Amino acid sequence: MSKILVIAEHLGGKLNSSTARAVSAAAAIKGDAIDVLVLSDAPDAIAAEAAKIEGVSRVLTVAKPENAHPLAAVLAPQIAKAADGYSHVFAPSTTFGKDIAPRVAALLGVAQVSDVMSVEAAHTFNRPIYAGNAIITVEADANHTVVATIRTASWSAAASGANTAPVEALTIDVPLPTHTRFVELNQGSSDRPDLQSAAKVVSGGRGVGSKENFDIIYKFADKIGAAVGASRAAVDAGYCPNEMQVGQTGKIIAPELYMAIGISGAIQHLTGIKDAGTIVAINKDGEAPIFEVADFGLVGDLFKIIPELEAALG
Amino acid sequence: MKILVGYKRVVDYNVRIQVKPDGSGVVTDGVKLSANPFDDIALEEALRLREKGVAEEVIVVGIGPANLTAHLRNGLAMGANRAIHVTTEDAVQPLTAARVFLKLIEKEQPGLVILGKQAIDDDANQTGQMLAALWDRPQATFAGKVEIADGKATVTREVDAGLEVIEADLPAVITTDLRLNEPRFIKLPDIMKAKSKPIDVIEFGSLGVEAHDHLKTTHYAAPAKRSKGVMVKDAAELVAALKQKGLL
Ligand SMILES: Cc1cc2nc3c(=O)[nH]c(=O)nc-3n(C[C@H](O)[C@H](O)[C@H](O)COP(=O)(O)OP(=O)(O)OC[C@H]3O[C@@H](n4cnc5c(N)ncnc54)[C@H](O)[C@@H]3O)c2cc1C
Ligand SMILES: Nc1ncnc2c1ncn2[C@@H]1O[C@H](COP(=O)(O)O)[C@@H](O)[C@H]1O
Repeated sequence: MSKILVIAEHLGGKLNSSTARAVSAAAAIKGDAIDVLVLSDAPDAIAAEAAKIEGVSRVLTVAKPENAHPLAAVLAPQIAKAADGYSHVFAPSTTFGKDIAPRVAALLGVAQVSDVMSVEAAHTFNRPIYAGNAIITVEADANHTVVATIRTASWSAAASGANTAPVEALTIDVPLPTHTRFVELNQGSSDRPDLQSAAKVVSGGRGVGSKENFDIIYKFADKIGAAVGASRAAVDAGYCPNEMQVGQTGKIIAPELYMAIGISGAIQHLTGIKDAGTIVAINKDGEAPIFEVADFGLVGDLFKIIPELEAALG
Repeated sequence: MKILVGYKRVVDYNVRIQVKPDGSGVVTDGVKLSANPFDDIALEEALRLREKGVAEEVIVVGIGPANLTAHLRNGLAMGANRAIHVTTEDAVQPLTAARVFLKLIEKEQPGLVILGKQAIDDDANQTGQMLAALWDRPQATFAGKVEIADGKATVTREVDAGLEVIEADLPAVITTDLRLNEPRFIKLPDIMKAKSKPIDVIEFGSLGVEAHDHLKTTHYAAPAKRSKGVMVKDAAELVAALKQKGLL
């Protein structure tokens, strides 16, 4: 029977919501157990959060100073060791999970299923290829451990609160390499909602025109309590930092409301918002492809429309 | 130092992919094929390192069918010194590709291997990480900036939280993100020059890598379509519509 190990993603001592989304996918396997593995220098608070997630059987912690930062070369051998006895190892399909999971899979000598959108059976999954323009059904060999990353936008976070899973410390003795070292993380600090889990997202594209002009996007987003995203063109032009990019090579998100402002709607951008609830497009070009997928479209100059929207909101 | 570059041929990123009505695959007959965009970036980075004197030789590697030669010639025209063509008519999954790269590494002893972060056909995003694991060397994925000095690479990685900087002893595997550089255009005289550059052809079967389909694809489907919505006439109507849906 299936036993699933979910690798917890965390930052700054806090569990990332992508973990609870991976737990949802694990629950879809309908197996015997879902254990969450927390690798950290100080895992206790993170483990306590993970223990509350519904469906989690146990939380396993590996506390080592080397685990202070998520270096794949350091974490993968520990995960591969911890995976012993599990039928599945799941990680969220975030930059964290994408970096680590294939390294774990190779150490186990197995293939990896990337970006699981849905689970058909314990070894059968649906996943996107060609930037989401085709969805394939893949079957993994039932005689081997399944290593998979979970497309977070396809899964809602498993509920948190009622559960009290036991937390157990694991001792994992494997040699850890020193050939890869963490130097620093430059995080854009922001009080705004997190782009990957926000219910509302306002994104700006090249049409916004400059870094200074992007303030109008931030201001409007703040007014409606939304996270802020961007197209690749806006990031490339230096209007905003890379972590705001939405799309095939940026973040794949599924907010209830997505507002694309001054974004043309290239296929690589649309890949990132396919699962959004309601898409709004504001663009001065009535022929822009973004209108093909928008639930509500408004043709006009964003510099005129945004103040009008603010006024209409009161 | 030698740099090995992954140079995969894929369906061009501008092609609108169509799923065959019987669900057996996607239509690839007659569609435009190009270098994987991330691999052009990998090659460009390698060429810049050679131009800076960090590397002496840049080798592009393609694993694929016999007709990959023209594609590899493009890599040579862009500036690679030589190419290695591992021939196989079968689709190559990431674990197999990683095993092939490991064999080539044993032979070539590169100081650096640069691959794309993902191939835009399978969107797997695995080969570089798998190779680094099998090789037991560092990996620096999603690279937005690379500096090589004193036997190590300092790589700025584009991660969800922002920009992470790591240091990796060489040899190492780097996978490219889009903002690492802008690949140069191929010039006509370089196409001529590329004709005389060597392409080593190695039969997949001779490498001793087991070719096994680790994952079986049983069905292809078109994605669920979003239906076209409505156009509103002004800001007030938009706000009213969103309020009615409880979104504002
Ligand atoms: C391999 C690969 C991966 C990629 N990954 C991504 C990705 O992850 N995310 C992504 O976004 N892109 C990605 N791209 C790039 C993508 O193809 C497009 O180039 C990009 O999305 C365009 O961004 P844009 O819509 O902001 O710019 P443009 O296409 O230039 O569109 C700007 C729009 O703004 C409108 N506009 C201009 N001024 C105004 C105004 N005053 N008021 C209202 N509207 C105005 C214009 O009519 C136009 O439609 C990728 C490309 C490749 C090759
Ligand atoms: N058949 C192949 N030929 C050459 N390079 C490849 C091949 N398959 C994978 N790669 C390299 O590995 C990267 C990631 O591919 P993937 O893991 O399939 O997304 C690509 O960008 C290439 O650099």
